[in-house]
Amino acid sequence: MSRRSNGLAGAILRHTVLMTAAAVVLLPFMWMLSTSLKPQSEVFLSEIRWWPHQLAVVENYTKAFEKAPLARFLLNGAIVTLSIFVLQVLVALPAAYALAKLRFWGRSTVFALVLFAILIPPQATALPLFLLFHSVGLLDTFAALIVPFTISVFGIFLMRQFFMSVPDDLVDAARMDGLSEFAIVWRVMLPTAIPAVTAFGIFSVVAHWNDYFWPLIAVNSTHLFTPPVGVAHFRNAEAGTDYGPLMAAATIIIAPLIIAFLLAQRRFIEGITFTGMK
Amino acid sequence: MADSAAALSPVRASSGAPPLRMRLSAIKRGLATLSLLLPALTLMLLLLIGPVAAVLVMSLTDYQLGSPTWSFIGVQNYVDLFGDRVFWRSLSNTLLYVAIVVPVSVALGLGTALLIEARSSLQFFYRSVFFIPVMATLIAMAISWEYMLHPQFGLINLMFKAVGLPARAWLSDPALVLPTLAVIGVWQLFGFNMVLFLAGLVSIPQHLYEAAEMDGARSAWSRFRLVTWPMLGPVTMFVVLISAIRSFQVFDTVHVLTKGGPSKASEVLLYTMYSEGFEFFRSGLAATIAVVFLGFVLLLTLLKARFIDKRVHY
Repeated sequence: MSRRSNGLAGAILRHTVLMTAAAVVLLPFMWMLSTSLKPQSEVFLSEIRWWPHQLAVVENYTKAFEKAPLARFLLNGAIVTLSIFVLQVLVALPAAYALAKLRFWGRSTVFALVLFAILIPPQATALPLFLLFHSVGLLDTFAALIVPFTISVFGIFLMRQFFMSVPDDLVDAARMDGLSEFAIVWRVMLPTAIPAVTAFGIFSVVAHWNDYFWPLIAVNSTHLFTPPVGVAHFRNAEAGTDYGPLMAAATIIIAPLIIAFLLAQRRFIEGITFTGMK
Repeated sequence: MADSAAALSPVRASSGAPPLRMRLSAIKRGLATLSLLLPALTLMLLLLIGPVAAVLVMSLTDYQLGSPTWSFIGVQNYVDLFGDRVFWRSLSNTLLYVAIVVPVSVALGLGTALLIEARSSLQFFYRSVFFIPVMATLIAMAISWEYMLHPQFGLINLMFKAVGLPARAWLSDPALVLPTLAVIGVWQLFGFNMVLFLAGLVSIPQHLYEAAEMDGARSAWSRFRLVTWPMLGPVTMFVVLISAIRSFQVFDTVHVLTKGGPSKASEVLLYTMYSEGFEFFRSGLAATIAVVFLGFVLLLTLLKARFIDKRVHY
């Protein structure tokens, strides 16, 4: 965009419009935070009150942790998202390396399968996966939450594209040094691919921390709930009566990602949009 | 072993077959390649391609979870589905939702991107604020929205009252529920579109603006019309399609806030599939809905893939 200044008026107009939009966008967050500070008597008011007369922070947040196993949900979220990410990398990187750097019979077929599998939306396969996990007795376990996402065809595609740009000389030199193909993947290729793996990691963790559809289907024991299923369960149990603790719980559920985002905004935006291109 | 292979090799070579040592190392390399690919291939077939095939087959059966027998019933599920008013309601609701969310979130994404890029101050701040809803857990935010939309004590109606507008039952009025969900959808999505547009804007060469200006494009509008908009064309198509794919998958807000109600006014495709498959366990029918869903998403994704290719050549 051309940055010709049309003086102060333009700058004021720009900030007015953008600030208003920013306020609207942040409204649900502010209202959630504000409600999480309110005692029950100030939740149901017929006037807008942003700051409560009586602070109930401690009560609400303690109640949230007591009424729902929030710490458990957060721990589950961490276990599930990190396991998924680690397994995705373990599975995808060797395949991506083979597709990018090795010549073998059937390579183009395998790559075509990867490209086809990228097109499949996860919800479309939920039904057969549910039946599969049901038949092997793995429903309502951590495995049910993790295993369906261990294969990221998008991750394979992304890393293959990245590995294509790694010079062949590097691989040849490693082979001369007697490294096996596996050692090349983890000791030569992975270090060159850290930026791409980080971007993919952010995308993967955000997507699976926030995922609701599959965990809703895969588990029904409270101790296995991921944060979104947990907070929805808490809300159903409260049936919209005790908004203070509920909003405290919602705040806690979104906090880890929001804090991580505020600490590394550029990386997050790049990671999610660059990988969100799929 | 190595010696004998070396000794044999001239004989082999003269008879036209590759030397044994080379063949052995080729086999070794083949096995190494296979072991690199095997985990990914197995999981891909088991968890992605197999299930897609299974969903297609299931849509041709009367399978119900828990029932001991099932049989092929041809296209009966499709006949039933296309004769079902709830399905058409669900499909038209989904398309209406997409028809609201796509243009509004694309326009807002473009508008905010243009305003942010227009000058340098606070660029980073605005970009981050608009991006927060993209990554905040939608289920948690839906619960906040629910309270904001509360007919009596919600922030929205209190604000309406403050400026003299009538209060509304946002989530229980059949005429309002879908547009209300669409507003939440736009709120969540447009920051993502903004970032894509920002990337597109940065890649427009500055000299095009200078050239346009020399040709007499003085106003910001004529610069936008002559340079920005045509140069953003491929990005815009891409953003439109990616927004369509994402909004077509609407489920979370419906499941938490409305359960498809009131009286099916917010019934959407994935919600119908979910309740048929996982609440009533009519797996065959749910698979049929999954096939319809898959068809729409595949169509949009293939269109999008064409635009990615074009964009690369731009």
